[in-house]
Amino acid sequence: MQPNNAPIKAEARNLNFYYNGGHKALKGVNLPIYEKKITALIGPSGCGKSTFLRCFNRMHDLYPGNQYEGQIVMHPDNTNILAKGVDPIEVRMRISMVFQKPNPFPKSIYENVAYGLRVRGETNKRDMDNKVEQALRGAALWDEVKDRLNEVAFNLSGGQQQRLCIARALATDPEIMLFDEPTSALDPIATASIEELMSELKDKVTILVVTHNMQQAARISDYTAYMYLGELIEFDDTDIMFTKPSRRETEDYITGKFG
Amino acid sequence: MSEQQASTLKDLDAVRAMIRRHKLNDYIFAIVGLLALMVGLLTLLTLFIDLVMDGYTRFNAGFFTEFPSRRAAHAGLLSAWVGSLLVMLVTAVTAVPLGVAAGVYLEEYAPKNWFSDIIEINVTNLAGVPSIIYGLLALGLFVYILDLGQSILTAGLTLALLILPVVIVATRESIRAIPVHIREAAYAVGATKWQVVSDHILHYSFGGILTGIIIGMARALGETAPVITIGALTFIAFLPPSPIGAEPPYLNFEWLSAGFTVLPIQMFNWLSRPDHAFHVNAAATGVVIIVVTLLMNGTAIWLRYRIRKNIKW
Repeated sequence: MQPNNAPIKAEARNLNFYYNGGHKALKGVNLPIYEKKITALIGPSGCGKSTFLRCFNRMHDLYPGNQYEGQIVMHPDNTNILAKGVDPIEVRMRISMVFQKPNPFPKSIYENVAYGLRVRGETNKRDMDNKVEQALRGAALWDEVKDRLNEVAFNLSGGQQQRLCIARALATDPEIMLFDEPTSALDPIATASIEELMSELKDKVTILVVTHNMQQAARISDYTAYMYLGELIEFDDTDIMFTKPSRRETEDYITGKFG
Repeated sequence: MSEQQASTLKDLDAVRAMIRRHKLNDYIFAIVGLLALMVGLLTLLTLFIDLVMDGYTRFNAGFFTEFPSRRAAHAGLLSAWVGSLLVMLVTAVTAVPLGVAAGVYLEEYAPKNWFSDIIEINVTNLAGVPSIIYGLLALGLFVYILDLGQSILTAGLTLALLILPVVIVATRESIRAIPVHIREAAYAVGATKWQVVSDHILHYSFGGILTGIIIGMARALGETAPVITIGALTFIAFLPPSPIGAEPPYLNFEWLSAGFTVLPIQMFNWLSRPDHAFHVNAAATGVVIIVVTLLMNGTAIWLRYRIRKNIKW
C-alpha cells in the first residue's frame, strides 16, 4: 500500500513509549517519514499523536521517568535517535520544532531567530545577519519585520509570532521540522498563511505535522497517518486516506462518525 | 397569558430579594476584611508616628555625621550606619550568589527524588528558624572555630545565612513562573541546560530574584539578635578602615575584620540607658531603620513592575 516514490528520511520501528508512571502512550508504531514531504498525524485527542511527534526531538527526555522502546532511525546515516548513546541535544540540532502556541522568547525578533545559531557556535556577525534574514524570508516574515528587528517579539501578532517561531526553527537548517498543531491558537487568516508557508517549506525540508483539523491534513499533507489509542491505525497517501481508506476506523473518524 | 406574566414578575421579585440577601454577605465581608487590614496598617502607622514625635528633634545632619557620645544631644549614628552598610555589603556578596545558585540548582538540575525533597523541605523550614539560633551558630562556627573574630565579616556572613532561604525561595518561585513552553522552545533549538539557564531562565526571572534579594536585605538590616550574639560592639567611636584607598592597590580588606556596630544595636543601646535624652536618639534611629526598610521594599516593588512590564507570556 505504501507508495515509494520518495526516499525515506526517517522511520519509526516498533516504537513504544511509556510516560513516567507506566502509562503506555504508544504501542508498536511503525511509520516511514518521506523526505521533503509533509506527513500529517491525525486522530482524536489523547491518541498519542503529540507524544509520537515529541519522540522525534527527544522532548520527553526533559521530564524524568519517561521511557522509549524501539527505534526511530534517521537516514541516510542510519542513526537510531532514541539510542541511549545519542545525546538528545544532537537530535535537536538535526530536528527542529514548532509548537502549538506561538512561543517566542521575550527577546528581540532578531535574537529569537539567531538563538539557534548562537547555540551552534555561530559568532560571525555577517553570517548571522544573513542566516537570520534567510530564515525570516523563508518564514514569509522578512518584509513585515525588517525595519524592527530589535523590537521585542511580543509586539507581533499571533500569526506573526508563529511565523517567527517557524523562522527560529528554520534558521538552523534542520533535516526534519516538527509541527505540533501549529495553527490551533490562530485565526483563519493566520492559519491560511501558515499552511501556505508549510507547503513552500517542503521543497527544502521534511515535515511532520500533528493536526486535529482533518481539512488541514487534507489540504497540506502528502501522507497521512491516523492514530487511535496509541496505535497507528492506518498510513497512506493523503488522497487515498481521505477518499478510500482501507480501514473502517479511519473512515469513521474522517467522515465524522466518531471523534 | 397575563397570569403567566404575573407569575414571572413575582418570581423576579423573589430572585431580586434573594440576590440582595446574598449580596449582604459581600458587604459584611468587605467590612471585616477592611478592619483586619486596618489593624495591621494602623498599628504600624501609630508606632511610626509615635517614633517620629519622640525623635524628630534629632533629625539633623549632625545625627548622621557624629559618633556616639556620652552626651545625648551630640550622639550620632555615624558608626552605626557605616557599620550597617558594610555588613549589608558582605551579606549581599555572600547571599546572592549562593542563594541564586542553590535556587537554580534545585529548580533546573536537581533530580526529583526523596533526597531533593528533603532538601526542599529544609530550605523552607530554614526561613522559620529564629534568628538568634543563627547568632549562636555563627558564634560557634565563625567566631570560635573559624576564628573570624567579632567582626564585620562574621556579622555579614551570619546575616547572609539568615536571608539565604529567602533568596533561594524567591529564586525558585520566579523560575517556576516561567512557562513550560518557553523552556521547551529553548531546549528544542538544541540548547544545553546551562545555555537555557544562562540565556533564558536567569534573564526572565531576574525581576523576581532581585525582589527577593532586596526584601531579604531589608530583613537583615533590621536584625538585632544574631548580631548581638556574635558580639557587636554597642559603643564605638571610630570607623572601620576605609575599603577604598587613595593609593594602589586602592582596595583594602582590613575593614572586614574590624569591630562594628549596626543601626538596630545602636538603637537598642540607647534605649537601655536610664537617661531619657537617649530615648529620643533611639526613636530617631527607629525612624531611620523603618524609612530605609520601606524604601528598600518600595524599590523592590518598583523594579518588579518595571521588569515584568516587558515580559508577557
